[in-house]
Amino acid sequence: MENTILVQQISKSYGTTQALDTISLQVRKGEIFGLIGPDGAGKTTLFRILTTLLIPDEGIATIAGLDVVKDYRKIRTMVGYMPGRFSLYQDLTVAENLEFFATTFGTTIEKNYDLIKDIYQQIEPFKDRKAGALSGGMKQKLALSCALVHKPEILFLDEPTTGVDPVSRKDLWDMLWKLKETGITVLVSTPFMDEARRCERIALLQKGKILAIDTPEQLRKSFTKKLWAVSSNAGMYKLIHDLDAYNRTNSAFAFGENIHYTDKKEEVIAEGLQQYLQQQGHEQVAVKAIEAGIEDRFMELMSNEHE
Amino acid sequence: MNNTYAIKAENLTRQFGSFTAVDQISFQVKKGEIFGFLGANGAGKTTAIRMLCGLLKPSGGHAEVAGFDIFRQQEKIKQHIGYMSQKFSLYEDLTLYENIRFYGGVYGLRMSEIRERAEDLLKKLGLTQQRNLLVKSLPLGWKQKLAFSVASIHNPEIVFLDEPTSGVDPVTRRQFWNLIYEAAHGGTTIFITTHYMEEAEYCNRISLMVAGKIKALDTPTGLKTQYAAESMDDVFLKLTQQ
Repeated sequence: MENTILVQQISKSYGTTQALDTISLQVRKGEIFGLIGPDGAGKTTLFRILTTLLIPDEGIATIAGLDVVKDYRKIRTMVGYMPGRFSLYQDLTVAENLEFFATTFGTTIEKNYDLIKDIYQQIEPFKDRKAGALSGGMKQKLALSCALVHKPEILFLDEPTTGVDPVSRKDLWDMLWKLKETGITVLVSTPFMDEARRCERIALLQKGKILAIDTPEQLRKSFTKKLWAVSSNAGMYKLIHDLDAYNRTNSAFAFGENIHYTDKKEEVIAEGLQQYLQQQGHEQVAVKAIEAGIEDRFMELMSNEHE
Repeated sequence: MNNTYAIKAENLTRQFGSFTAVDQISFQVKKGEIFGFLGANGAGKTTAIRMLCGLLKPSGGHAEVAGFDIFRQQEKIKQHIGYMSQKFSLYEDLTLYENIRFYGGVYGLRMSEIRERAEDLLKKLGLTQQRNLLVKSLPLGWKQKLAFSVASIHNPEIVFLDEPTSGVDPVTRRQFWNLIYEAAHGGTTIFITTHYMEEAEYCNRISLMVAGKIKALDTPTGLKTQYAAESMDDVFLKLTQQ
């Protein structure tokens, strides 16, 4: 398939802080591609380079074959960008904001109404309200409408779900999948590991480096160890404490109501571990083999980086 | 204090003009409990927290925080609680030690106490060597851990945490939770908001606000059973979309 975003060996530093360290990736036309990583991973820097707002120190990046440094004017008409911070005019109304963005890009709301209809209709009842007075979920819908009003080929969304409740997050992902059906390419970043599964392919980012790029499914499967979910009735605090002290523990991390555990020796461990925990005073000990998730894999890759 | 509750709220209400942001909520938080305070954006969580911290007068109802009345003893409450938010917690242009000293002062500790607790705190976090570095040079995860410790420097009975782990990497997030467990284990009550539903499961009990009211309150397991949900994410979606 055709690549629409091509990033080759991009590096960027701010003073002594290396924000991006020789990053390479490709995003296919019509794909929903996720950049997954915590604050400081370099997600925003990469977005700013790809939307021509920042010049990289090294490397090349192209959008639909156009160079992000030389062809910035052309690229700006082709992409929609929703920055992480709410970037609309707080003192303008909902309708005025949308009008402003349409005019800036030399188009009208009417011309591309079909594309934004599903999203904009949800906030249209409030079109005379000032943007600053909208709730979090509504602001997000307005920002997305404004980023789409000129019918971009590629949509860049920097942490659209940060600080947003689970319902609005789900809404947003549903909207992105609808947009994909119209042929738009979506590059989206998120610090929520569980949102990785809503993307077709993802890059795991940490401290300016790409840890891995793959489909969410393949990434999950590339977890190298056998993974166990451990629980007891003694409470998380004691369970973590006792597992950290166990001489066979390779890793033990809290996941919801369980601990995800890997063993140093990789043998069948259930009985030994059960026995050990019982000796420490745990009751109703459950040890169960499970499949790893994206977050398990992310943490495994992080610990490899540290070594 | 001779009762077993750190927070008791009864029909707590707050109106802004004709809008009822918090609508007669009632709940209790036990001492030493980790209590998750969840809800959709705009459900009234922040308004409720501001009332409980003594920053906003309620329009009606009753509540006691750390044994003090939120109508009449707001200043007392402020001395007995700690507060940490994701947005603002530490002064970036002050050093680690200066931040500790500043907050120790704000919370009314004597200089000798501040010195002593600063040493303990830096040692516990393994940051003794970094004491004279500016806070802005610390990685986010360390800042959050330091912010939590600073919010507890006066040994408050309750610590309010408003989305403390937003944007923090998964390993650091869990280290942060270890600090929370430890504090709760030592008897501190933790009152926490988060948008990470999986983190909600680390709480002893959870309340979920929808449109100003508490719509559900139980242990994570209890809520999952009650709503026939696989995860807290599921519970949240089911409750808020009803």
